[in-house]
Amino acid sequence: MSKSAVDIPPKGGFSFDLCRRNDMLAKKGVNPPTYRKTGTTIVGLVFQDGVILGADTRATAGPIVCDKNCEKIHYMAPNIYCCGAGTAADTEAVTDMVSSQLQLHRYHTGRESRVVTALTLLKKHLFNYQGHVQAALVLGGVDVTGPHLHTIYPHGSTDTLPYATMGSGSLAAMAVFESKYKEGLTRDEGVKLVTEAICSGIFNDLGSGSNVDVCVITKGHKEYLRNHQLPNPRTYVSSKGYSFSKKIEVLSTKITPLKEKVEVTEGGDAMEE
Amino acid sequence: MIFVELLCRYPYVTGTSVIGIKYKDGILMAADMGGSYGSTLRYKSVERMKPIGKHSLLGASGEISDFQELLRYLDELILYDNMWDDGNSLGPKEVHSYLTRVMYNRRNKFNPLWNSLVLGGVKKGQKYLGTVVSMIGVHFEDNHVATGFGNHLARPILRDEWHENLSFEDGVKLLEKCMLVLLYRDRSAINKLQIAKITEEGTTISPPYSLKTFWGFSAFKNPTLGAEGSW
Repeated sequence: MSKSAVDIPPKGGFSFDLCRRNDMLAKKGVNPPTYRKTGTTIVGLVFQDGVILGADTRATAGPIVCDKNCEKIHYMAPNIYCCGAGTAADTEAVTDMVSSQLQLHRYHTGRESRVVTALTLLKKHLFNYQGHVQAALVLGGVDVTGPHLHTIYPHGSTDTLPYATMGSGSLAAMAVFESKYKEGLTRDEGVKLVTEAICSGIFNDLGSGSNVDVCVITKGHKEYLRNHQLPNPRTYVSSKGYSFSKKIEVLSTKITPLKEKVEVTEGGDAMEE
Repeated sequence: MIFVELLCRYPYVTGTSVIGIKYKDGILMAADMGGSYGSTLRYKSVERMKPIGKHSLLGASGEISDFQELLRYLDELILYDNMWDDGNSLGPKEVHSYLTRVMYNRRNKFNPLWNSLVLGGVKKGQKYLGTVVSMIGVHFEDNHVATGFGNHLARPILRDEWHENLSFEDGVKLLEKCMLVLLYRDRSAINKLQIAKITEEGTTISPPYSLKTFWGFSAFKNPTLGAEGSW
């Protein structure tokens, strides 16, 4: 009778039932597996016509680099992008979730998304989880009210800034920004400054490395420059290249499509009100 | 019975970062004049750089009383060296080595001197800049060194912009650039600093002065313009 009521888990939030047992195990030397973090350098900058976001591309699991070229600049809306530092799963999940919420909101209102909308949705979610969702974000975009740049901390507090850095390499990148930022930068100056800040993080912080990703957002236009700079090329490359053994010969090729090709007609019926 | 807690102690009055660079004629060092008592900025005229003998300059961050103790050790060292009266004097390399041994020895006895040190000097045309990184006694030598927060905020700038044979003006400008970033971003930094120079001729420590800061970004004046709902 009442037993089934006890077995239903509480709605929402995290369950901390196993914490005591985990602590006991840790004392005995059995540690939980390390999770993938984006020990990172992420930066954002407001320039004359919009916002520039930058990020490095190294993802670490403890002392090991598990992804040499991951993407830390996440899509939120056509005019809003978000860089994420902290636990990789948390940044991916939270930005995906808010991105779909923004899409639904766009369908509902019929208007372009605003950066404050994304900001409020993200901070509500993060505060709700009291910092256990470890995502530190740099959110930037251009909407009808102008260019905006915000930082969001794992506990849910936000800052609105002309230039911002987050992640383990944030001090190295901030040193570059504090000494070189001016107001009214042009696009090229802004991209150069962002690249310098990310490179400072890449070369001076162990948690950041590999390449530089840049995203330039202006009114009505965005440029996602994936691997804008590759300052860590492979030092020794075999001149022979890769060749597969000649024993594998292709005798015949037959391609069977699994589904019928469907024709999509543009236009069609308008959505009902 | 020896209680480790009694011996290891905790720092009470601390100084923040010190930065040192090699330049054309010798070594340039910068440090602010703040002595923090926990989170209070209690003392604002602490000289954290002192000349040692004829050829060296020592800058320290960390516990101020331990720095003063170190100065007493070094005073004794230089005094005994002078008493030999043999025309030779201890150079920066020797003083650095002595400091490392003292720090490491104290650490082995669980009674550390809670400091990070920067030691620079010139002897017979040879420039030397070394650092004792922490109370444990790790030490190394480089063209540019920093302690505390300076490692995170100043060294990236120095790695990019330092080059061999900086002139005095360029060196001071570079140090001031780093000290400005530290002033903005280190909570225990104050806007009253000294720059010390050591060359073959001797040591000069400048009188205290402050840097010009800029807070006039239009984004700072009204950060939430057009972004209701954020702060």
